[in-house]
Amino acid sequence: MSDNKAVRVRGLTKSYGEVEAVRGIDLDVDEGEMFGFLGPNGAGKTTTIKILCTLADATSGSATVAGRDVHTERAEVRRRIGLVFQEPTLDNYLSAEQNLRFHGELYGMPRQLLRERMAEVLEMVGLAERRKDQVMTFSGGMKRRLEIGRGLLHAPRVLFLDEPTIGLDPQTRASIWEYIATLRKTQDITIFVTTHYMEEAEHCDRIAIMNSGEIVVTDTPEALKRSVGADRVQIRTDDDPLAIERLRERFEIEAAVHDGMVTFAVPGGAEFVPRLFARLGLGIDTVTVTRPSLDDVFMAYTGRTIADTEQGDGHRAVFLAMAGRR
Amino acid sequence: MVTQLAPGGLAHEARATAMVFRREMIRFRHDKARALAMLLQPLLFLFVMGTGLSSVVASPGGLDFRTFLFPGVLAMSVLFSAAFAGISLVWDREFGFLREMLVAPVSKASIILGKCLGGAATATAQSIVLLILAGVVGVPYHPWLLFKLLVLLFIGAFMLTAMGVLLSARIKQIQAAMPMSQLIIMPMMFLSGALFPMANLPSWLEVLTKLNPLTYIVQPMRAEIFDHMGVPAAARAAFDPSITWFDWQVPTELQIAVALGFTGVVVAAAVALFSRTD
Repeated sequence: MSDNKAVRVRGLTKSYGEVEAVRGIDLDVDEGEMFGFLGPNGAGKTTTIKILCTLADATSGSATVAGRDVHTERAEVRRRIGLVFQEPTLDNYLSAEQNLRFHGELYGMPRQLLRERMAEVLEMVGLAERRKDQVMTFSGGMKRRLEIGRGLLHAPRVLFLDEPTIGLDPQTRASIWEYIATLRKTQDITIFVTTHYMEEAEHCDRIAIMNSGEIVVTDTPEALKRSVGADRVQIRTDDDPLAIERLRERFEIEAAVHDGMVTFAVPGGAEFVPRLFARLGLGIDTVTVTRPSLDDVFMAYTGRTIADTEQGDGHRAVFLAMAGRR
Repeated sequence: MVTQLAPGGLAHEARATAMVFRREMIRFRHDKARALAMLLQPLLFLFVMGTGLSSVVASPGGLDFRTFLFPGVLAMSVLFSAAFAGISLVWDREFGFLREMLVAPVSKASIILGKCLGGAATATAQSIVLLILAGVVGVPYHPWLLFKLLVLLFIGAFMLTAMGVLLSARIKQIQAAMPMSQLIIMPMMFLSGALFPMANLPSWLEVLTKLNPLTYIVQPMRAEIFDHMGVPAAARAAFDPSITWFDWQVPTELQIAVALGFTGVVVAAAVALFSRTD
């Protein structure tokens, strides 16, 4: 069976006793795509990933990964996917090199190829110098890089990254994403990533948001943000009252002065700016267009902010603050 | 349960087993302190308890009590470190590495086999230190005897590692792992005839001893040593009454077969438990 979908899910369900963790989802991920999979805790994300990685059986429905059935062709799927879990899975007593070798042997890589790939991967994740050192001497970021490198060792078709930057400091998070970006350019690979950090989801080609066992929306980050509503535009002009009057007359837009700037909401703010310059007939000094963030998107589709989902229900304040801003 | 061979077939499975084995060796090398600590206990039993008890145990035929104790203490030395090697999968789970092993495209049997071979090899290696002391307690250094003892120790160590692995399929918390393994190790040790002769035991104790798989390792080892030394019949009757099932003398070969059979069942159970998916 061959189509050019890296992941193809049809009518997938998973129940644990009475609890329906996944309620019939469909999903298509194209080859070479970076696909973001978001959702609050308990949305069924982890269960879905476990099924895709052959670590759990679906109750009904079907799924193929890299063209192989996750239920009937388990070993074939496993060989074609790389997995990086949110919790560490390295042996701290082994060296970086020994951890990689362990992986390569268990994946049955030809010995010559394994040697080459080990050197390549260690170079790629910047750990070539430390290859003989025990992993317990590594920093959190180094361990994460080693895990990602190991996930790539057997040249998988699809790389699953489950919260690749969780628990890392912002600087390390940035460097991990930089690294993932390089990966996309240099490797012919599909990346399926979950993350709690909304700004990181911006890196994805498309995003699916899962809530209560269902996929509520799938689209590009741009389209998702557009779907949430208007952008906020702030301009500084020679004559603010006149600007407000003309906005009303010529564009049918209600504006007001906030923070010393003429402020208004408009769908597709970036596309609007050229028209504004052409037809306002006033000197404009500065323009800022603020797009809705993915946080706004997440809240619109799940009714919660990502912070709420991480910290339970005790953080209504964050939610209210977000709601008030929009 | 879907059992699948790896896409690479048997050669790939063998490589996986070898690699899991190699990891045990690497970790063993990093953990000399534990190996030494684990040797201390059998040494205490052999030289402190053994010497102390020699004075009160009537010894027909002038047999040193410590000679009697020697195979028991050898078995004890592999008992602890092998069971610990098996139960270390609980630590592997806690620190995530178990997952790395379980998601690989190989059968669980290959991984568990590697783990058991590794545990058995490291435990047997530790017992070599004790074997070197054989002469001190009157056991001759005969290569063939030592070889047979090592083989029996290896089988026993494999069995105990497999039991530890089986246990760790069910135990998820590190805190529970050690007490649980003690709960199994201690009765196995005391009920194996390792520390006191099985002659004239009350029947309930005798039944328990015969149900204990470790008995089928300790007994053949002692029989080998006594055979080799030509221990007089009187001493033999007191110290090494062979295992009987309903008054039938169980031949040594069958005793070893019982140990192997039990080990096979434990390994199969462990493979079945680890092969389960949600």
